[in-house]
Amino acid sequence: MTGVVVVTLYPFLTIIARSFSSESRIRAGEVSLWPRGFDLTTYRIVLGDGMFWRNYGNTVLYTVVATAVAMALTTCYAYVLSKKELKGRGVLVGVAVFTMFFSGGLIPHYVLITSLGMKNTLWAVVIPNAISVFNLLVMKAFFESLPDELEEAAQIDGLSTYGILLRIVLPLSKAVIATMVLFYSVSFWNSWFSAFLYMDRTELMPVTVYLRNLIVGATGGTNAGASTEQLTQVASNIQSVTIVLTALPILCVYPFVQRYFVSGVMLGAVKG
Amino acid sequence: MTTATAGRSWRRALRRDWQLYSLVVLPLLFFLVFRYLPMIGNVIAFRRFEPGGSLLGERWVGLRYVRMFLADPTFWQVFTNTLWLGTLILVFCFPVPIVLALLFNEFRGRALKRFVQSVSYLPHFLSIVIVAGITMQLLATDGPVNQALRAFGGEPVAFLQEPGWFRTVFVGSEIWQTAGWGTILYLAALTTIDEDLYEAARIDGANRWRQIWHVTLPGIRPTMITLLILNIGTFMAVGFEKVMLLYNPLTYPTADVISTYLYRTGVESNNFSYAAAIGLFEAVIGLILILSANQLSRRAVGTSLW
Repeated sequence: MTGVVVVTLYPFLTIIARSFSSESRIRAGEVSLWPRGFDLTTYRIVLGDGMFWRNYGNTVLYTVVATAVAMALTTCYAYVLSKKELKGRGVLVGVAVFTMFFSGGLIPHYVLITSLGMKNTLWAVVIPNAISVFNLLVMKAFFESLPDELEEAAQIDGLSTYGILLRIVLPLSKAVIATMVLFYSVSFWNSWFSAFLYMDRTELMPVTVYLRNLIVGATGGTNAGASTEQLTQVASNIQSVTIVLTALPILCVYPFVQRYFVSGVMLGAVKG
Repeated sequence: MTTATAGRSWRRALRRDWQLYSLVVLPLLFFLVFRYLPMIGNVIAFRRFEPGGSLLGERWVGLRYVRMFLADPTFWQVFTNTLWLGTLILVFCFPVPIVLALLFNEFRGRALKRFVQSVSYLPHFLSIVIVAGITMQLLATDGPVNQALRAFGGEPVAFLQEPGWFRTVFVGSEIWQTAGWGTILYLAALTTIDEDLYEAARIDGANRWRQIWHVTLPGIRPTMITLLILNIGTFMAVGFEKVMLLYNPLTYPTADVISTYLYRTGVESNNFSYAAAIGLFEAVIGLILILSANQLSRRAVGTSLW
């Protein structure tokens, strides 16, 4: 058990230690779990970089918009799929589930997004990932577990389908909605490949692509606040700092939200 | 049912449930445009595609591109690499969560157990870019792994530049990232095992190990098989994003997989039709694998995904 904790946490602690250490001590191979030659220069450089903030802001924006769109589409479809007596329901389920096993592949997707003119727009990262079939099935299972009588009563009281969904079903589904919002927002926060693929301009990138460019050494990714000399000198330090800053929001909310994730996955597993 | 009555019942369903149907319009459009249209888009594997031209290519060229990649030595290299990585992932990453779940299950301290589980899930929630970044920092020449090597009198190793190390590095980081999270479904399955079975096994004189062997493992077998089938389904797509982040031209000999190769030929070099042919090949093999795994397990053990 201790072994699991050590193996999982050790890499994090190392990165944190390296982010606070001076470059020369890292070079000398002295830094492992504890910062050596405590030094905040790198934090100052990264936090002083306009592009870093710009990309960080993009990540926030993309995550919010994408999660909103994804929730709207997923909720609507899942609600309809939960109506057992609906004609054509089997087909609608099949349409979604088949895509879990077979996909069009990278190139046709790329050609499609390009010819729809979505390149270099927010929509290229939002729309193509709008519905995760796994999340869809979890929501469907939850809606199915709600008692039918409630909706029937509401119907007799004269509520339309939209009214039932908005005023009866959604208020009863706060738990699953919260879970799905978390699932989607974490996955959008973490994603990098769509943006990498469909965006050519640095100022449109999310912070994950900024980090990716750092670790593959594609660019310095930086302009304000640092000379090139400073940059090359502290390159690996900058990576550690950027890793810490990019992971920070997740690490902060993680202790409070992880039980929702677990229950969400359980729900999907038991009922899906 | 005749067509006429079928038509009428559809009309009745539409009249009664039109509000429900209206809710599926946008999501359905999403699936058709962004999931099914690209499937059709694969015809460019058999047609000559010109950038800026039609989405579905300009004219038929038959199996030209398929023949091209079958004759391409790089293709066979990346094909072999894909099989290697896929197999290693299956062999090493699939059993770890089972072992961990059994370990968690044997452990009695509740609060501590929950803490350990929470910690072990953590890497799953980080971006793959962060995981790649951490991996590279750990394995850097001045990183902790090489420090340890030096401390034991070894020579530092350039893990990320040596083709011989790529598979180990990749599988290692994959285990680190996925093992904890992978236990969740097994732990759920473990809670459904009837306590009476353990009772009975104890009365029959079974010790801890025999109980695990005869009660616990059979109890989670359906979960194991379901996950195995799903893993086999993603066999060909092995950690595409992580390979993209971790590999470099020096490690291509072992690291380059089908999906990274098709990314480079398609997106970077604009050979869309050629890359689409490779992609289609990959997807079809994936589909065949999951269909046959499903069929096989239904016959052999009676568990299947559908």
